[in-house]
Amino acid sequence: MSTITTARTVFDIKDLNLWYGNHHALKKIHFPINKKEVTAIIGPSGCGKSTFIKTLNLMINYVPNVKMTGEINYNGQNILNEKLDLVELRKNVGMVFQKGNPFPQSIYDNVAYGPRIHGTKRKTHLDEIVTKSLMDVALWDEVKDRLHTPALGLSGGQQQRLCIARALATKPDVLLMDEPTSALDPISTLKIEELILNLKEKYTIVIVTHNMQQASRVSDKTAFFLMGELIELDDTSTIFSNPADERTEGYISGRFG
Amino acid sequence: MTSKSADRIATGVFIVIAVIIVSILVGLFSYILVKGLTHISLDFLTSPSSNVRAGGGIRDQLFNSFYILVLTMIISVPLGLGGGIYMAEYAKPGKVTNTIRSCIEVLSSLPSIVIGMFGLLMFVNLTGWGYTILGGALALTVFNLPVLVRVSEDAIRSVPRELKEGSLALGITHWHTIKTILLPSAFPSILTGAILASGRVFGEAAALLFTAGLSTPRLNYLDWNPFSERSPLNIFRPAETLAVHIWSVNTQGLIPDIEEVSNGSAAVLVISVLLFNLLARWIGTRIHKRITATK
Repeated sequence: MSTITTARTVFDIKDLNLWYGNHHALKKIHFPINKKEVTAIIGPSGCGKSTFIKTLNLMINYVPNVKMTGEINYNGQNILNEKLDLVELRKNVGMVFQKGNPFPQSIYDNVAYGPRIHGTKRKTHLDEIVTKSLMDVALWDEVKDRLHTPALGLSGGQQQRLCIARALATKPDVLLMDEPTSALDPISTLKIEELILNLKEKYTIVIVTHNMQQASRVSDKTAFFLMGELIELDDTSTIFSNPADERTEGYISGRFG
Repeated sequence: MTSKSADRIATGVFIVIAVIIVSILVGLFSYILVKGLTHISLDFLTSPSSNVRAGGGIRDQLFNSFYILVLTMIISVPLGLGGGIYMAEYAKPGKVTNTIRSCIEVLSSLPSIVIGMFGLLMFVNLTGWGYTILGGALALTVFNLPVLVRVSEDAIRSVPRELKEGSLALGITHWHTIKTILLPSAFPSILTGAILASGRVFGEAAALLFTAGLSTPRLNYLDWNPFSERSPLNIFRPAETLAVHIWSVNTQGLIPDIEEVSNGSAAVLVISVLLFNLLARWIGTRIHKRITATK
């Protein structure tokens, strides 16, 4: 593991262990995540990659019987500390799920939902946030004439981009994506991948993916998880051309998983 | 027997069962309507009932039924909704929750006459109110509450998990998520459930016999002061509802036109309940269409 902790890290995970009941799902994870980089997490089903990404905004708390030890430092603050303000954390660490999950409201209201509840009341200000967020995800031109129609009328790919816009609207600095394209067709997938490459200029992105080509196309760093362990974390080019661990090589070359 | 013929027999049996059910319903319904509709007129709906003479109407009983229904809903919907939210979102699985759930189930299967007796003890004797509309509404609340808790809980639970997670992941608090995402999505089912429950409440007689009573004072519909004794809005007056009226006319009526009055009342009751059901469906689908954007 060649990466070292520097001032550029947003997340610094140290010695993280996680249990579901008696099942040891994450084992001694050390994982620095750098600012304004795309970090891809790959690994076979059940390796703990989705569990891991859910710890970063503590969505894992909604799973019953979860126990964690270790540190997850976000900008120097350990978020496993009980005094943490969850609202603040999740405003700053946005999340996009496997399947687009727009609320049954208008397109505008979907994007304005977060900022509105977090206290932005002025309409001009909200308009600005909605416009900017939708532009950031390249959805503005497609929906600008029907902002007040129901979001569920959009296509699957558009819905997923809307959900990304919704997450961006609370002005996060990290965006977590849990297999964001697994329910999409190839063209919509391509659009999301382009989007990720554009977004990394402003945001730190962590993406879980089943698709190794996707990891190699969009990410700067790639992490390989196996059976709850972080086997290897390195530059994406290194992982895919010259992995240090033979299990990584085995997975990438398709020998298992 | 080959599986093919077994399949054919099964299909036949289920069709026969369906035909039996439908014909019982249609038969009952048309019997009530055919016998009752001839007696329904504007005069029947707008004149007060009579204890001895023929030609009495059901004006007061109809008003009482709707008034008690509205009061019952005002009391029981907030309670039922609150209970449903608690059961769906806050109750931790365990002994306490299981006990609460069994209590709700027992409550929902209590015979309504037992609820009536309970109402007599609690809302008539203990409070010293005597037979009152409020007592009737409270007894009906006991009758109605378990259904509403169940309906709200199921409606909230059936909102897709992803919507809730989506909101929580934006840093929205649990309560705000319930208020802005879960309740609006669950609203159509809750509304449908509440309207269907209204139909049950509207037709209930046994729970009201000993709580709202069998008589109605002479009402003055121009008197809107809810504290005046002759005001229809007074909640501390006895009130005979339509369903109770049917029962009392048939068991202790002295009027010569018992049959016409009870047939007419039965038809009005059934039509009202039918309207509730149609309304529930219509509003439910309309709202569902509006929020899911299906045409």
